[in-house]
Amino acid sequence: MATTVDREIAAPGLNGRVDLRLICQLVEKGSTVLDLGCGDGELMELLIRERQVKARGVEISEEGIYACISRGLSVHHSDLDEGLEDYPDGSFDYVILSQTLQAVYKPKMVLLEMLRVGRLGIVTFPNFAYWQVRLQLALRGRMPKTGDLPYEWYDTPNIHLTTISDFLALCRQEGISVVKALYLSGTRSVTLFPNLLARTGIFVIQKRSPLSLGEG
Amino acid sequence: MRFSEEGSVGIVTTQYFTFAHPPNEMPLDSGEKLGPITLAYETYGELNEARDNAILACHALSGDAHAAGISADPSGISAADIGFGAEGKGKVDRSRIGWWDNMIGPGKAFDTNRYFVVCSNIIGGCRGSTGPSSINPATGRPYGLSFPVVTVADMVRAQKHLVDYLGIRRLLCVAGGSLGGMQALQWTVSYPDMVRSCIPIATTARLSAQGIAFDEVGRQAIMADQNWHGGDYYGKNTPLPGLGVARMLAHITYLSDESMRQKFGRRLRNREKYGYDFSIDFEVESYLRHQGDSFIRRFDANSYLYITKAIDYFDLTNGDGFLSKAFRNVKARFLVISFSSDWLYPSYQSKEIVKALKANGIDVSYCEIPSSYGHDAFLLEEEAQTHLIRGFLAYTAAGKDL
Repeated sequence: MATTVDREIAAPGLNGRVDLRLICQLVEKGSTVLDLGCGDGELMELLIRERQVKARGVEISEEGIYACISRGLSVHHSDLDEGLEDYPDGSFDYVILSQTLQAVYKPKMVLLEMLRVGRLGIVTFPNFAYWQVRLQLALRGRMPKTGDLPYEWYDTPNIHLTTISDFLALCRQEGISVVKALYLSGTRSVTLFPNLLARTGIFVIQKRSPLSLGEG
Repeated sequence: MRFSEEGSVGIVTTQYFTFAHPPNEMPLDSGEKLGPITLAYETYGELNEARDNAILACHALSGDAHAAGISADPSGISAADIGFGAEGKGKVDRSRIGWWDNMIGPGKAFDTNRYFVVCSNIIGGCRGSTGPSSINPATGRPYGLSFPVVTVADMVRAQKHLVDYLGIRRLLCVAGGSLGGMQALQWTVSYPDMVRSCIPIATTARLSAQGIAFDEVGRQAIMADQNWHGGDYYGKNTPLPGLGVARMLAHITYLSDESMRQKFGRRLRNREKYGYDFSIDFEVESYLRHQGDSFIRRFDANSYLYITKAIDYFDLTNGDGFLSKAFRNVKARFLVISFSSDWLYPSYQSKEIVKALKANGIDVSYCEIPSSYGHDAFLLEEEAQTHLIRGFLAYTAAGKDL
């Protein structure tokens, strides 16, 4: 299911955020996008510039809100764990949750809300089953710290760390189909044993409609 | 007259515009008509050639046209003498500085190097615009309670005449806090083609029961004053104690438990021990009395009745409860701002506005600024508001007009 990553896209740059470039490639030109946990608006700005989308953001920190608005972006100050009740069903083509799933209190609810509000969801998260993470826990018996997970256990915002396998299991359980999955280790694409070798998973998901026929 | 504080628009003079001369009086929501109408207003910055850089700043209950700079009128008692911001800022006599001077000026949130900012006093007021203390040309005496009841929509209708007169076809932005935010919202609904963006701050689309309740206590304090005489007190003893009590009560609602604890605590005023009498014991009592005293020197009791009534009547849903319907024809983009400790216009009321705008697919940004200042934060939290407003305006101004 993994897709080959463009050499150009995977080339280092863009402050090391290869995943943002990849998300950008996944989004259709001229579509509407809601970016959950949009931070300072870097992804929204990229999407507007490269894909000419209409983008809206949701962010919990005031600093993020200030940064977004000073970039001319539209952003809503809100906590994702309170849901997306302000947004009508199907009001966006894409709802994006980039490196945020592991930081919310109710990840399942947020995923379901994403797919209520958006036609497609794009989720990225650090893979807690990456071999380096496993080794740190197995050999040192300490909570892992890596480039993607740099925090101490006692002050990390990442309260719901997950693995690629666990995420896929949740999708199956909730009737969510994975339209596309990309696995990354740094700037390289991973095709073999992603749950062991990928640092980051990127998924395009959608609600499995009971009426849709002929879908694999 | 020396005034060189950085970022100030300098010395300003209030101007006056009179319209709606009989028989072309302005119709009001109540069905009555009013005219002639005078609006006091000030402008800062220059209207550009395209006439597309104009911003209307709307004031709150006790505000006036003097929003920025220092008043050329040495006798003017400024509306800036409100809240905690009134003290210890700069060397200039605060009493002559505009009520939103920290937000309007060269390089400030509403940057007068780039924008032409207009602030007009509201009808029903007493700071140079037509209100109950004005002379009724039909009788030669002050209107008193014969002045018709006005609404926020009427205030905005009058401002529209001024905006037309100034040659502005479309406002870059309408902004304001509290009652000023109500006017800003009303503008986008009443004249959707004339407003490119709106910044409603610490406000609501319909006043809450709690808000109406406080307003009613204020009005009762005025009407219970034996000098009020059914509103016919001009040239006689005026109902100053009643107005002072109304202001003291209202002022509490502009603060917060935390800000009062920080500023006053239980500190005593000019004494070491309790006085065991009913003179002023506590700092907070002294502060409130000062607020009441300075207010009655510049405000008319009948205006207080009329303006609070307009605030009570404000309901963009027109009573049917569906706010999203009210915004159906709105074309402006929005920046909605609330403050975490504002319990008079709590954040949920701003979120209600945001939700209704989103339901109409309107471009809206929302921020709840953390603050301990309560409702008054819209006058005091200049740094956070400047972050938000500066960028929002710059991108609105740069955006294509659709």
